[in-house]
Amino acid sequence: MERVHEVLAFLRDDPEQQFNYLTDITAVEYRDAGRPLEVVWQLRSLGRKADLRLKVELPQAGALVVPSVFDLWKGADWLEREVYDLFGVTFTGHPDLRRLLMWETYAEGHPLRKDFPLRGHFSRAEQTRQALAANPEAHYSLEELSIAAAYDELPADMKDRLAHGERGSVI
Amino acid sequence: MSTRTIEVALSTPGLDARGNATQVPLGLPEYHPVQDDLGGEHMLINIGPQHPATHGVLRLVVELDGETVVRVVPHIGYLHSGFEKLGEYRFYNQIIPLTDRTDYLSPMANNCALALAAEKLMGVTITERCQVLRVIAFEISRIISHLVWLGTTGIDLGAYTPFLWCFYQRERLYNLQEAWTGARLTTSVSRVGGMMADVPEGWEAGLRDFIRTFPKTLDEVDAMFTRNAIWCGRTQGVGVLSAEDAINYSLSGPMLRASGVDYDVRKDRPYLGYETYDFDVPIGEHGDIYDRYRVRLEEMYQSTRILAQAVERLEQLKGAPVNVSDPRLILPPKSRAMSDMEAMIFHFKQVMEGVKAPVGEAYFGVENPKGELGYYFVSDGTAKPVRWRIRPPSLINLACLPKLCEGVLLSDVIAINASIDIVMGEIDR
Repeated sequence: MERVHEVLAFLRDDPEQQFNYLTDITAVEYRDAGRPLEVVWQLRSLGRKADLRLKVELPQAGALVVPSVFDLWKGADWLEREVYDLFGVTFTGHPDLRRLLMWETYAEGHPLRKDFPLRGHFSRAEQTRQALAANPEAHYSLEELSIAAAYDELPADMKDRLAHGERGSVI
Repeated sequence: MSTRTIEVALSTPGLDARGNATQVPLGLPEYHPVQDDLGGEHMLINIGPQHPATHGVLRLVVELDGETVVRVVPHIGYLHSGFEKLGEYRFYNQIIPLTDRTDYLSPMANNCALALAAEKLMGVTITERCQVLRVIAFEISRIISHLVWLGTTGIDLGAYTPFLWCFYQRERLYNLQEAWTGARLTTSVSRVGGMMADVPEGWEAGLRDFIRTFPKTLDEVDAMFTRNAIWCGRTQGVGVLSAEDAINYSLSGPMLRASGVDYDVRKDRPYLGYETYDFDVPIGEHGDIYDRYRVRLEEMYQSTRILAQAVERLEQLKGAPVNVSDPRLILPPKSRAMSDMEAMIFHFKQVMEGVKAPVGEAYFGVENPKGELGYYFVSDGTAKPVRWRIRPPSLINLACLPKLCEGVLLSDVIAINASIDIVMGEIDR
Protein backbone atom coordinates (compact mmCIF):
# COMPACT_ATOMS: atom_id res chain seq x y z
CA MET A 1 0.00 0.00 0.00
CA GLU A 2 2.79 2.38 0.91
CA ARG A 3 4.44 1.70 -2.43
CA VAL A 4 1.56 3.14 -4.46
CA HIS A 5 3.14 6.56 -4.36
CA GLU A 6 6.50 5.11 -5.38
CA VAL A 7 4.95 3.25 -8.32
CA LEU A 8 3.02 6.31 -9.50
CA ALA A 9 6.11 8.50 -9.22
CA PHE A 10 8.03 5.93 -11.29
CA LEU A 11 5.31 5.85 -13.93
CA ARG A 12 5.35 9.62 -14.15
CA ASP A 13 9.10 10.19 -14.18
CA ASP A 14 10.63 7.15 -15.88
CA PRO A 15 11.72 8.13 -19.41
CA GLU A 16 10.24 4.92 -20.80
CA GLN A 17 6.89 5.40 -19.08
CA GLN A 18 6.19 9.16 -19.19
CA PHE A 19 2.67 8.94 -17.80
CA ASN A 20 2.67 12.67 -17.15
CA TYR A 21 -1.09 13.25 -17.14
CA LEU A 22 -3.42 12.15 -14.38
CA THR A 23 -6.77 11.56 -16.03
CA ASP A 24 -8.81 10.52 -13.04
CA ILE A 25 -8.83 9.12 -9.53
CA THR A 26 -11.84 7.20 -8.37
CA ALA A 27 -12.88 4.22 -6.28
CA VAL A 28 -15.02 1.16 -6.94
CA GLU A 29 -16.99 -0.83 -4.40
CA TYR A 30 -18.57 -4.08 -5.54
CA ARG A 31 -22.01 -5.36 -4.63
CA ASP A 32 -20.36 -8.50 -3.26
CA ALA A 33 -19.53 -7.40 0.30
CA GLY A 34 -16.56 -9.76 0.47
CA ARG A 35 -14.69 -8.05 -2.35
CA PRO A 36 -12.25 -5.34 -1.38
CA LEU A 37 -12.80 -1.73 -2.28
CA GLU A 38 -10.61 -0.57 -5.15
CA VAL A 39 -8.98 2.81 -5.67
CA VAL A 40 -8.36 3.49 -9.36
CA TRP A 41 -5.87 5.85 -10.95
CA GLN A 42 -6.21 6.52 -14.67
CA LEU A 43 -2.94 7.75 -16.14
CA ARG A 44 -2.06 8.94 -19.58
CA SER A 45 1.09 9.74 -21.45
CA LEU A 46 0.37 12.70 -23.70
CA GLY A 47 3.60 12.14 -25.65
CA ARG A 48 3.35 8.38 -26.12
CA LYS A 49 -0.45 8.45 -26.45
CA ALA A 50 -0.75 5.55 -24.04
CA ASP A 51 -3.16 4.93 -21.18
CA LEU A 52 -2.73 3.04 -17.97
CA ARG A 53 -5.16 2.10 -15.24
CA LEU A 54 -3.69 1.34 -11.82
CA LYS A 55 -5.83 -0.26 -9.15
CA VAL A 56 -5.22 -0.95 -5.49
CA GLU A 57 -7.41 -3.20 -3.40
CA LEU A 58 -8.24 -2.08 0.11
CA PRO A 59 -9.68 -4.80 2.39
CA GLN A 60 -13.03 -3.70 3.79
CA ALA A 61 -12.02 -4.75 7.28
CA GLY A 62 -8.87 -2.63 7.43
CA ALA A 63 -8.47 1.11 7.36
CA LEU A 64 -9.16 2.63 3.96
CA VAL A 65 -5.89 4.51 3.59
CA VAL A 66 -3.73 5.20 0.53
CA PRO A 67 -0.95 7.72 -0.03
CA SER A 68 -1.86 10.98 -1.70
CA VAL A 69 -0.29 11.90 -5.04
CA PHE A 70 -0.94 15.60 -4.57
CA ASP A 71 2.80 16.24 -4.61
CA LEU A 72 3.07 14.61 -8.05
CA TRP A 73 -0.04 16.09 -9.67
CA LYS A 74 -1.81 19.17 -8.40
CA GLY A 75 -4.87 17.91 -10.25
CA ALA A 76 -5.19 15.17 -7.64
CA ASP A 77 -6.36 17.72 -5.07
CA TRP A 78 -10.09 17.73 -5.73
CA LEU A 79 -10.18 14.21 -7.11
CA GLU A 80 -8.83 12.82 -3.84
CA ARG A 81 -11.15 15.01 -1.83
CA GLU A 82 -14.06 13.66 -3.81
CA VAL A 83 -13.08 10.02 -3.20
CA TYR A 84 -12.63 10.83 0.49
CA ASP A 85 -16.03 12.49 0.57
CA LEU A 86 -18.03 9.85 -1.27
CA PHE A 87 -16.16 6.67 -0.28
CA GLY A 88 -14.37 7.51 2.95
CA VAL A 89 -10.90 6.65 1.65
CA THR A 90 -8.22 8.67 3.45
CA PHE A 91 -5.32 9.96 1.37
CA THR A 92 -2.33 10.41 3.64
CA GLY A 93 -0.22 13.43 2.80
CA HIS A 94 -3.06 15.43 1.25
CA PRO A 95 -2.71 18.94 2.66
CA ASP A 96 -6.40 19.78 2.85
CA LEU A 97 -8.53 16.64 2.89
CA ARG A 98 -12.05 17.98 3.36
CA ARG A 99 -15.38 16.93 1.98
CA LEU A 100 -15.89 18.30 -1.53
CA LEU A 101 -19.47 17.76 -2.67
CA MET A 102 -21.21 17.18 0.66
CA TRP A 103 -20.99 19.94 3.21
CA GLU A 104 -18.27 19.85 5.81
CA THR A 105 -20.46 18.99 8.77
CA TYR A 106 -22.28 16.19 6.92
CA ALA A 107 -22.39 13.31 9.36
CA GLU A 108 -24.37 10.56 7.62
CA GLY A 109 -21.41 8.75 6.10
CA HIS A 110 -20.14 8.34 2.58
CA PRO A 111 -22.89 8.32 -0.06
CA LEU A 112 -21.31 6.14 -2.76
CA ARG A 113 -20.66 3.24 -0.39
CA LYS A 114 -22.92 0.27 -1.04
CA ASP A 115 -24.16 0.22 2.56
CA PHE A 116 -25.49 3.76 2.12
CA PRO A 117 -29.16 3.52 1.08
CA LEU A 118 -30.15 5.24 -2.16
CA ARG A 119 -32.65 7.43 -0.36
CA GLY A 120 -30.31 8.35 2.48
CA HIS A 121 -30.48 7.44 6.14
CA PHE A 122 -33.34 9.78 7.02
CA SER A 123 -36.90 10.09 5.80
CA ARG A 124 -37.86 12.93 3.48
CA ALA A 125 -39.65 14.70 6.33
CA GLU A 126 -36.61 14.46 8.57
CA GLN A 127 -34.34 15.71 5.79
CA THR A 128 -36.62 18.70 5.22
CA ARG A 129 -36.70 19.43 8.94
CA GLN A 130 -32.92 19.33 9.16
CA ALA A 131 -32.52 21.50 6.06
CA LEU A 132 -34.85 24.13 7.47
CA ALA A 133 -33.17 24.03 10.86
CA ALA A 134 -29.71 24.51 9.38
CA ASN A 135 -28.31 27.99 9.16
CA PRO A 136 -26.57 28.03 5.79
CA GLU A 137 -25.16 31.50 6.31
CA ALA A 138 -23.00 30.19 9.13
CA HIS A 139 -21.34 27.70 6.82
CA TYR A 140 -17.96 29.28 6.61
CA SER A 141 -15.38 26.61 7.20
CA LEU A 142 -13.11 26.72 10.19
CA GLU A 143 -10.27 27.50 7.82
CA GLU A 144 -12.03 30.51 6.37
CA LEU A 145 -12.98 31.77 9.78
CA SER A 146 -9.40 31.53 10.91
CA ILE A 147 -8.37 33.63 7.91
CA ALA A 148 -10.72 36.34 8.97
CA ALA A 149 -9.74 35.90 12.60
CA ALA A 150 -13.37 36.35 13.34
CA TYR A 151 -13.86 33.00 14.96
CA ASP A 152 -13.25 34.30 18.46
CA GLU A 153 -15.91 36.92 18.02
CA LEU A 154 -18.64 34.47 17.13
CA PRO A 155 -21.42 33.69 19.58
CA ALA A 156 -20.73 30.64 21.70
CA ASP A 157 -23.48 28.49 20.20
CA MET A 158 -22.26 29.12 16.65
CA LYS A 159 -18.69 28.29 17.65
CA ASP A 160 -19.92 25.08 19.19
CA ARG A 161 -21.93 24.17 16.11
CA LEU A 162 -19.03 24.85 13.76
CA ALA A 163 -16.63 22.88 15.88
CA HIS A 164 -18.81 19.83 16.33
CA GLY A 165 -21.08 19.78 13.32
CA GLU A 166 -24.80 20.14 13.37
CA ARG A 167 -25.45 16.56 14.29
CA GLY A 168 -22.89 16.23 17.00
CA SER A 169 -19.63 15.29 15.33
CA VAL A 170 -17.71 15.92 12.18
CA ILE A 171 -16.66 12.77 10.38
CA MET B 1 -0.26 52.38 -17.79
CA SER B 2 2.41 51.28 -20.20
CA THR B 3 1.69 50.32 -23.79
CA ARG B 4 3.20 47.10 -24.96
CA THR B 5 2.85 45.03 -28.06
CA ILE B 6 1.99 41.43 -27.54
CA GLU B 7 2.19 38.96 -30.31
CA VAL B 8 -1.00 37.00 -30.66
CA ALA B 9 -0.74 34.10 -33.01
CA LEU B 10 -2.57 30.85 -32.82
CA SER B 11 -0.92 28.00 -34.61
CA THR B 12 -3.93 27.42 -36.83
CA PRO B 13 -3.47 28.46 -40.42
CA GLY B 14 -7.18 29.30 -40.66
CA LEU B 15 -6.76 32.30 -38.49
CA ASP B 16 -4.16 33.99 -40.62
CA ALA B 17 -6.06 33.28 -43.80
CA ARG B 18 -8.87 35.49 -42.60
CA GLY B 19 -6.48 38.33 -42.04
CA ASN B 20 -6.65 38.65 -38.28
CA ALA B 21 -4.01 41.02 -36.98
CA THR B 22 -1.14 39.29 -35.26
CA GLN B 23 0.09 42.47 -33.60
CA VAL B 24 -2.27 43.96 -31.07
CA PRO B 25 -1.32 47.18 -29.26
CA LEU B 26 -2.94 47.40 -25.90
CA GLY B 27 -2.61 48.71 -22.40
CA LEU B 28 -1.76 45.98 -19.95
CA PRO B 29 -3.17 46.15 -16.44
CA GLU B 30 -0.53 46.55 -13.80
CA TYR B 31 -0.49 44.05 -11.01
CA HIS B 32 0.29 44.97 -7.50
CA PRO B 33 1.88 42.21 -5.49
CA VAL B 34 0.57 41.72 -2.01
CA GLN B 35 2.34 44.25 0.16
CA ASP B 36 2.59 43.34 3.78
CA ASP B 37 4.00 46.67 4.84
CA LEU B 38 0.75 48.43 4.04
CA GLY B 39 -0.51 46.70 7.13
CA GLY B 40 -4.12 46.55 6.08
CA GLU B 41 -6.33 43.84 7.41
CA HIS B 42 -7.29 41.13 5.00
CA MET B 43 -10.92 41.13 4.08
CA LEU B 44 -12.98 38.03 3.40
CA ILE B 45 -15.72 38.32 0.82
CA ASN B 46 -18.26 35.78 -0.19
CA ILE B 47 -19.32 35.56 -3.86
CA GLY B 48 -22.25 33.31 -4.61
CA PRO B 49 -23.71 30.72 -4.53
CA GLN B 50 -26.51 32.81 -6.03
CA HIS B 51 -24.59 35.25 -8.17
CA PRO B 52 -24.91 35.74 -11.94
CA ALA B 53 -21.14 35.89 -12.48
CA THR B 54 -20.54 32.48 -10.92
CA HIS B 55 -22.44 30.76 -13.76
CA GLY B 56 -24.58 28.67 -11.48
CA VAL B 57 -24.31 27.85 -7.82
CA LEU B 58 -20.58 28.16 -7.33
CA ARG B 59 -19.54 29.85 -4.11
CA LEU B 60 -16.18 31.59 -3.86
CA VAL B 61 -14.74 32.84 -0.61
CA VAL B 62 -12.14 35.43 -1.55
CA GLU B 63 -9.50 36.76 0.80
CA LEU B 64 -8.57 40.28 -0.24
CA ASP B 65 -5.76 42.66 0.56
CA GLY B 66 -7.20 45.92 -0.65
CA GLU B 67 -8.38 44.95 -4.12
CA THR B 68 -5.75 42.26 -4.63
CA VAL B 69 -6.72 38.65 -4.21
CA VAL B 70 -4.65 36.74 -1.70
CA ARG B 71 -6.56 33.52 -1.87
CA VAL B 72 -9.70 32.02 -3.36
CA VAL B 73 -11.47 29.08 -1.77
CA PRO B 74 -14.15 27.61 -4.07
CA HIS B 75 -17.05 25.75 -2.51
CA ILE B 76 -19.07 23.40 -4.63
CA GLY B 77 -21.77 20.81 -4.10
CA TYR B 78 -24.86 23.02 -4.05
CA LEU B 79 -26.26 21.13 -7.03
CA HIS B 80 -25.13 17.66 -5.96
CA SER B 81 -27.75 15.15 -7.06
CA GLY B 82 -25.94 11.86 -6.68
CA PHE B 83 -26.09 10.93 -10.37
CA GLU B 84 -23.30 8.37 -10.01
CA LYS B 85 -25.22 6.65 -7.22
CA LEU B 86 -28.45 6.75 -9.25
CA GLY B 87 -26.65 5.19 -12.20
CA GLU B 88 -25.89 2.08 -10.14
CA TYR B 89 -29.64 1.44 -9.87
CA ARG B 90 -30.46 1.83 -13.56
CA PHE B 91 -30.07 -0.07 -16.82
CA TYR B 92 -27.49 1.34 -19.22
CA ASN B 93 -30.10 2.95 -21.45
CA GLN B 94 -31.83 4.42 -18.42
CA ILE B 95 -28.65 6.27 -17.48
CA ILE B 96 -28.81 8.32 -20.69
CA PRO B 97 -31.46 10.76 -19.33
CA LEU B 98 -29.19 11.38 -16.34
CA THR B 99 -26.41 12.54 -18.65
CA ASP B 100 -28.72 15.23 -20.10
CA ARG B 101 -28.71 16.82 -16.70
CA THR B 102 -25.00 16.80 -15.95
CA ASP B 103 -23.51 19.14 -18.54
CA TYR B 104 -26.83 20.67 -19.55
CA LEU B 105 -25.20 22.94 -22.14
CA SER B 106 -24.19 20.00 -24.31
CA PRO B 107 -26.68 17.19 -23.62
CA MET B 108 -26.36 15.45 -26.99
CA ALA B 109 -22.60 15.07 -26.58
CA ASN B 110 -23.08 13.52 -23.13
CA ASN B 111 -25.70 11.11 -24.46
CA CYS B 112 -23.44 9.91 -27.23
CA ALA B 113 -20.44 9.65 -24.90
CA LEU B 114 -22.40 7.41 -22.57
CA ALA B 115 -23.54 5.18 -25.42
CA LEU B 116 -19.93 4.94 -26.63
CA ALA B 117 -18.72 3.90 -23.16
CA ALA B 118 -21.45 1.29 -22.80
CA GLU B 119 -20.71 -0.01 -26.31
CA LYS B 120 -17.03 -0.32 -25.45
CA LEU B 121 -17.98 -2.31 -22.35
CA MET B 122 -20.29 -4.60 -24.33
CA GLY B 123 -18.10 -4.82 -27.43
CA VAL B 124 -20.69 -3.42 -29.83
CA THR B 125 -19.71 -1.92 -33.20
CA ILE B 126 -22.13 0.75 -34.38
CA THR B 127 -23.23 1.44 -37.94
CA GLU B 128 -21.68 4.02 -40.22
CA ARG B 129 -24.76 6.26 -40.30
CA CYS B 130 -24.92 6.20 -36.52
CA GLN B 131 -21.31 7.37 -36.39
CA VAL B 132 -22.09 10.32 -38.65
CA LEU B 133 -25.18 11.22 -36.62
CA ARG B 134 -23.12 11.17 -33.44
CA VAL B 135 -20.43 13.37 -34.94
CA ILE B 136 -23.18 15.84 -35.82
CA ALA B 137 -24.53 15.62 -32.28
CA PHE B 138 -21.07 16.26 -30.82
CA GLU B 139 -20.31 19.24 -33.02
CA ILE B 140 -23.74 20.85 -32.60
CA SER B 141 -23.23 20.54 -28.84
CA ARG B 142 -19.79 22.07 -29.10
CA ILE B 143 -21.14 25.10 -30.95
CA ILE B 144 -24.06 25.50 -28.54
CA SER B 145 -21.81 25.28 -25.51
CA HIS B 146 -19.19 27.66 -26.88
CA LEU B 147 -21.88 30.16 -27.91
CA VAL B 148 -23.23 30.23 -24.37
CA TRP B 149 -19.69 30.63 -23.09
CA LEU B 150 -18.94 33.47 -25.50
CA GLY B 151 -22.16 35.33 -24.77
CA THR B 152 -22.02 35.05 -21.00
CA THR B 153 -18.31 35.82 -20.79
CA GLY B 154 -18.95 38.92 -22.88
CA ILE B 155 -21.59 39.97 -20.36
CA ASP B 156 -19.23 39.31 -17.47
CA LEU B 157 -16.75 41.69 -19.07
CA GLY B 158 -19.34 44.30 -19.98
CA ALA B 159 -20.19 43.50 -23.62
CA TYR B 160 -23.87 42.84 -24.08
CA THR B 161 -24.43 42.82 -27.84
CA PRO B 162 -22.56 39.63 -28.79
CA PHE B 163 -24.66 37.81 -26.22
CA LEU B 164 -27.75 38.48 -28.32
CA TRP B 165 -26.02 37.37 -31.54
CA CYS B 166 -24.78 34.19 -29.88
CA PHE B 167 -28.12 33.29 -28.39
CA TYR B 168 -29.89 33.91 -31.68
CA GLN B 169 -27.62 31.35 -33.36
CA ARG B 170 -27.97 28.98 -30.43
CA GLU B 171 -31.72 29.20 -30.83
CA ARG B 172 -31.41 28.00 -34.43
CA LEU B 173 -29.44 24.97 -33.26
CA TYR B 174 -31.96 24.33 -30.50
CA ASN B 175 -34.68 24.28 -33.13
CA LEU B 176 -32.72 21.66 -35.07
CA GLN B 177 -32.18 19.72 -31.88
CA GLU B 178 -35.89 19.89 -31.12
CA ALA B 179 -36.81 18.73 -34.61
CA TRP B 180 -34.52 15.72 -34.21
CA THR B 181 -35.17 14.66 -30.63
CA GLY B 182 -38.38 16.39 -29.61
CA ALA B 183 -36.62 18.15 -26.75
CA ARG B 184 -34.53 21.27 -26.53
CA LEU B 185 -32.54 20.40 -23.44
CA THR B 186 -33.27 16.87 -22.26
CA THR B 187 -32.48 15.30 -25.60
CA SER B 188 -31.57 11.70 -24.63
CA VAL B 189 -30.69 11.22 -28.27
CA SER B 190 -28.54 8.08 -28.13
CA ARG B 191 -29.16 4.48 -27.26
CA VAL B 192 -26.66 1.71 -26.64
CA GLY B 193 -26.08 0.39 -30.15
CA GLY B 194 -27.71 3.24 -32.02
CA MET B 195 -29.75 6.38 -31.74
CA MET B 196 -33.16 7.18 -30.33
CA ALA B 197 -34.25 8.25 -33.83
CA ASP B 198 -32.90 9.12 -37.23
CA VAL B 199 -33.08 12.76 -38.25
CA PRO B 200 -36.47 13.69 -39.77
CA GLU B 201 -37.06 14.31 -43.46
CA GLY B 202 -35.60 17.61 -44.64
CA TRP B 203 -33.54 18.12 -41.47
CA GLU B 204 -30.30 18.26 -43.41
CA ALA B 205 -31.50 21.34 -45.28
CA GLY B 206 -31.90 23.19 -41.98
CA LEU B 207 -28.41 22.19 -40.90
CA ARG B 208 -26.96 23.24 -44.26
CA ASP B 209 -28.64 26.61 -43.89
CA PHE B 210 -27.07 26.99 -40.46
CA ILE B 211 -23.62 25.97 -41.70
CA ARG B 212 -23.87 28.49 -44.53
CA THR B 213 -24.89 31.50 -42.43
CA PHE B 214 -23.38 30.81 -39.01
CA PRO B 215 -19.75 31.81 -39.76
CA LYS B 216 -20.99 35.33 -40.48
CA THR B 217 -21.97 35.71 -36.85
CA LEU B 218 -18.57 34.41 -35.78
CA ASP B 219 -16.95 36.96 -38.06
CA GLU B 220 -19.02 39.68 -36.41
CA VAL B 221 -17.99 38.55 -32.93
CA ASP B 222 -14.42 38.35 -34.16
CA ALA B 223 -14.62 41.94 -35.44
CA MET B 224 -16.18 43.06 -32.17
CA PHE B 225 -13.80 41.36 -29.71
CA THR B 226 -10.51 40.26 -31.15
CA ARG B 227 -8.96 43.70 -31.58
CA ASN B 228 -11.12 45.51 -29.07
CA ALA B 229 -8.94 47.47 -26.64
CA ILE B 230 -11.21 46.91 -23.64
CA TRP B 231 -11.54 43.20 -24.35
CA CYS B 232 -7.79 42.80 -24.85
CA GLY B 233 -7.04 44.83 -21.75
CA ARG B 234 -9.30 42.69 -19.60
CA THR B 235 -8.16 39.36 -20.99
CA GLN B 236 -4.56 39.49 -22.21
CA GLY B 237 -2.05 38.46 -19.62
CA VAL B 238 -4.77 37.65 -17.07
CA GLY B 239 -5.16 34.18 -15.60
CA VAL B 240 -2.01 32.84 -17.22
CA LEU B 241 -1.23 29.16 -16.88
CA SER B 242 1.89 27.57 -18.34
CA ALA B 243 1.81 24.34 -20.32
CA GLU B 244 3.54 22.38 -17.51
CA ASP B 245 1.03 23.63 -14.96
CA ALA B 246 -1.89 22.89 -17.28
CA ILE B 247 -0.75 19.26 -17.54
CA ASN B 248 0.02 19.07 -13.83
CA TYR B 249 -3.49 20.29 -13.00
CA SER B 250 -4.99 17.67 -15.36
CA LEU B 251 -6.75 20.33 -17.42
CA SER B 252 -8.38 19.32 -20.66
CA GLY B 253 -10.14 20.79 -23.64
CA PRO B 254 -9.76 24.45 -24.61
CA MET B 255 -8.16 25.23 -21.23
CA LEU B 256 -5.31 22.82 -21.96
CA ARG B 257 -4.91 23.85 -25.59
CA ALA B 258 -4.91 27.58 -24.79
CA SER B 259 -1.83 26.89 -22.65
CA GLY B 260 -0.07 25.49 -25.69
CA VAL B 261 -0.50 21.75 -25.19
CA ASP B 262 -1.46 20.09 -28.43
CA TYR B 263 -3.89 17.50 -27.15
CA ASP B 264 -7.33 16.89 -28.55
CA VAL B 265 -9.03 13.55 -27.96
CA ARG B 266 -10.53 13.71 -31.44
CA LYS B 267 -7.04 13.81 -32.97
CA ASP B 268 -5.01 11.77 -30.51
CA ARG B 269 -7.40 8.91 -29.73
CA PRO B 270 -9.90 9.17 -32.58
CA TYR B 271 -13.39 7.82 -32.11
CA LEU B 272 -16.44 7.91 -34.40
CA GLY B 273 -14.13 8.20 -37.40
CA TYR B 274 -12.88 11.66 -36.51
CA GLU B 275 -9.58 10.82 -38.18
CA THR B 276 -11.39 10.87 -41.53
CA TYR B 277 -12.64 14.44 -41.10
CA ASP B 278 -10.58 17.41 -42.18
CA PHE B 279 -10.27 19.91 -39.33
CA ASP B 280 -7.63 21.82 -37.38
CA VAL B 281 -7.07 22.06 -33.66
CA PRO B 282 -6.29 25.61 -32.49
CA ILE B 283 -3.49 25.93 -29.95
CA GLY B 284 -2.84 28.98 -27.80
CA GLU B 285 0.52 30.39 -26.84
CA HIS B 286 0.15 32.40 -23.67
CA GLY B 287 -2.42 30.44 -21.70
CA ASP B 288 -4.35 33.56 -20.73
CA ILE B 289 -8.04 34.37 -21.03
CA TYR B 290 -7.55 35.91 -24.45
CA ASP B 291 -6.05 32.71 -25.84
CA ARG B 292 -8.90 30.69 -24.38
CA TYR B 293 -11.28 33.02 -26.21
CA ARG B 294 -9.36 32.66 -29.48
CA VAL B 295 -9.22 28.87 -29.13
CA ARG B 296 -12.95 28.56 -28.50
CA LEU B 297 -13.82 30.97 -31.30
CA GLU B 298 -11.68 29.01 -33.73
CA GLU B 299 -13.15 25.71 -32.52
CA MET B 300 -16.57 26.95 -33.60
CA TYR B 301 -15.27 27.60 -37.12
CA GLN B 302 -13.72 24.13 -37.13
CA SER B 303 -16.91 22.52 -35.83
CA THR B 304 -18.79 24.16 -38.68
CA ARG B 305 -16.26 22.61 -41.07
CA ILE B 306 -16.81 19.17 -39.54
CA LEU B 307 -20.59 19.62 -39.71
CA ALA B 308 -20.35 20.50 -43.41
CA GLN B 309 -18.45 17.27 -44.09
CA ALA B 310 -20.74 15.22 -41.89
CA VAL B 311 -23.92 16.43 -43.54
CA GLU B 312 -22.48 15.39 -46.93
CA ARG B 313 -21.88 11.89 -45.59
CA LEU B 314 -25.36 11.84 -44.09
CA GLU B 315 -26.82 12.46 -47.55
CA GLN B 316 -24.64 9.71 -49.03
CA LEU B 317 -25.78 7.27 -46.36
CA LYS B 318 -29.45 8.08 -46.77
CA GLY B 319 -31.56 5.06 -45.96
CA ALA B 320 -28.70 3.14 -44.34
CA PRO B 321 -29.50 1.54 -40.97
CA VAL B 322 -28.85 3.62 -37.85
CA ASN B 323 -29.11 0.93 -35.19
CA VAL B 324 -27.16 -2.31 -35.01
CA SER B 325 -29.27 -5.29 -36.03
CA ASP B 326 -29.13 -7.05 -32.68
CA PRO B 327 -32.55 -7.70 -31.15
CA ARG B 328 -31.01 -8.14 -27.70
CA LEU B 329 -29.76 -4.53 -27.77
CA ILE B 330 -32.25 -2.53 -29.77
CA LEU B 331 -35.96 -2.41 -29.07
CA PRO B 332 -38.12 -3.65 -31.97
CA PRO B 333 -40.61 -1.19 -33.49
CA LYS B 334 -43.76 -0.98 -31.41
CA SER B 335 -45.93 -2.34 -34.22
CA ARG B 336 -43.78 -5.46 -34.47
CA ALA B 337 -43.65 -5.92 -30.72
CA MET B 338 -47.45 -5.97 -30.73
CA SER B 339 -47.84 -8.39 -33.64
CA ASP B 340 -44.81 -10.65 -33.69
CA MET B 341 -44.21 -13.15 -30.88
CA GLU B 342 -40.41 -13.13 -31.08
CA ALA B 343 -40.20 -9.34 -31.21
CA MET B 344 -42.48 -9.15 -28.21
CA ILE B 345 -40.22 -11.49 -26.21
CA PHE B 346 -37.15 -9.39 -26.99
CA HIS B 347 -39.10 -6.24 -26.13
CA PHE B 348 -40.20 -7.75 -22.81
CA LYS B 349 -36.73 -8.97 -21.89
CA GLN B 350 -35.11 -5.62 -22.65
CA VAL B 351 -37.66 -3.60 -20.74
CA MET B 352 -37.91 -5.93 -17.75
CA GLU B 353 -34.40 -7.33 -17.47
CA GLY B 354 -32.31 -4.79 -19.32
CA VAL B 355 -29.27 -5.50 -21.45
CA LYS B 356 -26.64 -7.47 -19.58
CA ALA B 357 -23.07 -6.31 -19.91
CA PRO B 358 -20.19 -8.76 -19.60
CA VAL B 359 -18.04 -8.75 -16.48
CA GLY B 360 -15.35 -6.12 -16.90
CA GLU B 361 -14.73 -2.45 -17.04
CA ALA B 362 -14.35 0.26 -19.65
CA TYR B 363 -13.23 3.86 -19.68
CA PHE B 364 -14.18 5.96 -22.66
CA GLY B 365 -13.07 9.57 -23.00
CA VAL B 366 -14.45 11.99 -25.57
CA GLU B 367 -13.69 15.59 -26.44
CA ASN B 368 -16.65 17.44 -24.98
CA PRO B 369 -16.96 21.22 -25.34
CA LYS B 370 -15.69 21.72 -21.80
CA GLY B 371 -12.83 19.25 -22.00
CA GLU B 372 -12.34 15.52 -21.81
CA LEU B 373 -15.49 13.86 -20.58
CA GLY B 374 -14.83 10.29 -19.50
CA TYR B 375 -17.29 7.62 -18.50
CA TYR B 376 -15.93 4.69 -16.53
CA PHE B 377 -18.14 1.65 -16.18
CA VAL B 378 -17.49 -1.35 -13.96
CA SER B 379 -19.80 -4.28 -14.58
CA ASP B 380 -20.32 -7.49 -12.61
CA GLY B 381 -22.28 -9.16 -15.40
CA THR B 382 -25.71 -7.80 -14.50
CA ALA B 383 -27.78 -5.28 -16.40
CA LYS B 384 -26.88 -2.46 -14.05
CA PRO B 385 -23.34 -1.13 -13.59
CA VAL B 386 -21.55 -1.65 -10.29
CA ARG B 387 -19.97 1.74 -10.69
CA TRP B 388 -20.61 4.55 -13.08
CA ARG B 389 -17.95 7.20 -12.81
CA ILE B 390 -18.12 10.51 -14.65
CA ARG B 391 -14.80 12.21 -15.24
CA PRO B 392 -16.16 15.75 -15.16
CA PRO B 393 -14.01 18.16 -17.19
CA SER B 394 -15.54 21.23 -15.53
CA LEU B 395 -14.68 20.02 -12.03
CA ILE B 396 -11.09 19.30 -12.87
CA ASN B 397 -10.69 22.56 -14.79
CA LEU B 398 -12.23 24.54 -11.93
CA ALA B 399 -9.81 23.04 -9.43
CA CYS B 400 -7.04 25.29 -10.78
CA LEU B 401 -9.04 28.48 -10.08
CA PRO B 402 -7.17 29.25 -6.81
CA LYS B 403 -3.90 28.97 -8.69
CA LEU B 404 -5.09 31.25 -11.52
CA CYS B 405 -6.39 33.87 -9.10
CA GLU B 406 -3.19 34.38 -7.10
CA GLY B 407 -2.44 38.08 -6.94
CA VAL B 408 -5.02 39.30 -9.45
CA LEU B 409 -7.59 42.00 -8.87
CA LEU B 410 -11.05 41.14 -7.68
CA SER B 411 -12.66 42.02 -11.03
CA ASP B 412 -10.27 39.60 -12.73
CA VAL B 413 -11.59 36.75 -10.60
CA ILE B 414 -14.88 37.10 -12.46
CA ALA B 415 -13.10 37.11 -15.83
CA ILE B 416 -10.93 34.11 -14.93
CA ASN B 417 -13.85 32.15 -13.59
CA ALA B 418 -15.77 32.86 -16.79
CA SER B 419 -12.82 31.77 -18.94
CA ILE B 420 -12.75 28.30 -17.38
CA ASP B 421 -16.20 27.62 -18.86
CA ILE B 422 -17.78 25.70 -16.01
CA VAL B 423 -21.22 24.21 -15.77
CA MET B 424 -22.30 23.45 -12.24
CA GLY B 425 -24.59 20.58 -13.16
CA GLU B 426 -21.54 18.62 -14.19
CA ILE B 427 -19.27 19.77 -11.36
CA ASP B 428 -21.68 18.77 -8.63
CA ARG B 429 -23.38 15.89 -10.43
